[in-house]
Amino acid sequence: MHEVVVISGKGGAGKTSVTGAFARLAENAILCDLDVDAPDLHLLLAPEVKRTEEFRSGNEAVIDPERCTGCGRCEELCRFEAVRPDGDVFRIDPLHCEGCKVCVALCPAQAIDFPERHCGHWHESETRFGPMVHAQLFPGEENSGRLVTLLKKRAREIAEEEGYDLVLSDGAPGIGCPVISSLAGTDMAVIVTEPTPSGLHDLGRVAELCDRFRTKVTVFINKFDLNPDQTEAIEAYCRERGYAVICRFPHDNAVTEAMVEGRVVNEYGDNAASRLLETAWNDMLNLLPSKK
Amino acid sequence: MIYAIASGKGGTGKTTVTASLAALWGGPVTAVDLDVEEPNLHLFLKPEGLAGEPAWIEVPVADEAKCTRCRACSDICQFKAISVMGDYLLTFPEMCHGCGGCLEVCPEGALTPGKRELGEILMGKAGNADFLMGRLRIGEAMSPPLMRQVMARMPESMRKNDVLIDAPPGVSCPAVSAVMHADCVVLVTEPTPFGLHDFKLAWEAFSPMGKPMGAVINRAGVGDDGVQRFCRDKNIPIWAEIPFDRAVAQAYSRGEVPGVAVAALRETFAALKDRMTRAAREASHA
Repeated sequence: MHEVVVISGKGGAGKTSVTGAFARLAENAILCDLDVDAPDLHLLLAPEVKRTEEFRSGNEAVIDPERCTGCGRCEELCRFEAVRPDGDVFRIDPLHCEGCKVCVALCPAQAIDFPERHCGHWHESETRFGPMVHAQLFPGEENSGRLVTLLKKRAREIAEEEGYDLVLSDGAPGIGCPVISSLAGTDMAVIVTEPTPSGLHDLGRVAELCDRFRTKVTVFINKFDLNPDQTEAIEAYCRERGYAVICRFPHDNAVTEAMVEGRVVNEYGDNAASRLLETAWNDMLNLLPSKK
Repeated sequence: MIYAIASGKGGTGKTTVTASLAALWGGPVTAVDLDVEEPNLHLFLKPEGLAGEPAWIEVPVADEAKCTRCRACSDICQFKAISVMGDYLLTFPEMCHGCGGCLEVCPEGALTPGKRELGEILMGKAGNADFLMGRLRIGEAMSPPLMRQVMARMPESMRKNDVLIDAPPGVSCPAVSAVMHADCVVLVTEPTPFGLHDFKLAWEAFSPMGKPMGAVINRAGVGDDGVQRFCRDKNIPIWAEIPFDRAVAQAYSRGEVPGVAVAALRETFAALKDRMTRAAREASHA
């Protein structure tokens, strides 16, 4: 079994549109949306949800105003500016609370409770292109890395139980905790970029992250015709680093038009776009490291 | 006043809006890039004299000789950053959130403060605008502590200006950390199903904070009218619409500030500035 994740560093480069198009081309894959903060793949794949579970992770401090003596020890200890004076006592701002338990453990009046945090939901679903696991973190929540790890584990289990040979995941933007979690155990990252200074800059940072995790990098240049000089700069960078460029995809309004219809572009657009995506997909499969 | 330029979905145009506003602001202004994972604002504002210093988070350093294996540290740690395995005391500095709990509870003085590099904080001058940014070290998982330090280390001279924050995408802890600092939130979106879905998430995440908030619809004319309808339903003012125009995308692709390079956008950004500053003023007087 192989694992491929589509990432970009920069947001809005086209990760989800590429993942959706690849999902249509995959013959025996389980799909996974690892952008648990702002997931969008379900808007293209219209999953029929079969199972929903709560995601609980970590804890949060809550001061009981009845037991609080107002000594202020918690405020002194907290490194996250989460403790606020509230009349004669104190309260915790849940948006700032890191769940570190320091105030809970050291409150002289033992006035601080530490309930589990309900951070979101995750789902197992069916789509027209195969099974899918996905999630939604509640707005403002933490622990996105742990939820990514949970989804990947579940996708692997389903793949093994039901005989799928590929886990195809849509990743999160950035280079922080959810992206790092999505790279663990992954064979290949398809990095979607665009010919702009941000596209090249962000590709460089996320590709370096992949190198550190020994995840093989391939590059998909979206909207390559927007700026040929920048596209050439990206290609030169890829040559120098030994990354294969699997697609130069033009700016195409059909991508947005397909999205509005809840379709992926190779179900909707012209044959030229579909052929480009199919070539990219096959090139990507050929570059996967062989197993066993 | 502090303004956060945020969005649920990435790539909707936060940096285009922040760079254009900073370049056209007219009064004393500080541009801050808090998208520390993938900072891009400097690529457009091209600040001069950009120089910085590293930022650190405190992590424990263990003195095995003093440790009695009492496990007070591993009991309090919620992040599996310190543990006792058999006779060994192990620390995992990359997992540490820097809460200081283990240092506080160790009865033997076996732990002392060490540090892990989060990234760097850089300052410079972009035309008339002061410029400040954070850049996360590649491999570092936690961006909120670096973002907090960027804001905390902002010099008084920059703080006196109007401050424009280019926030990270999304609606989880990093995005919330950026918006928390602001008096007013500008939500940048695009009129597509992805744009709408993530815009709704952003509205849910940020509206409970009770800050004045308005929308900028970028690439207006592509997609559908879902975002406009949502704004009407929820009474979210639309402060600007930037029409879809290949000239804007091409200016961006050349590293130019779209509000400066595309003459037709000057009025759009002037009107946006008027609306956001008025909303922030009215809220502060209320």
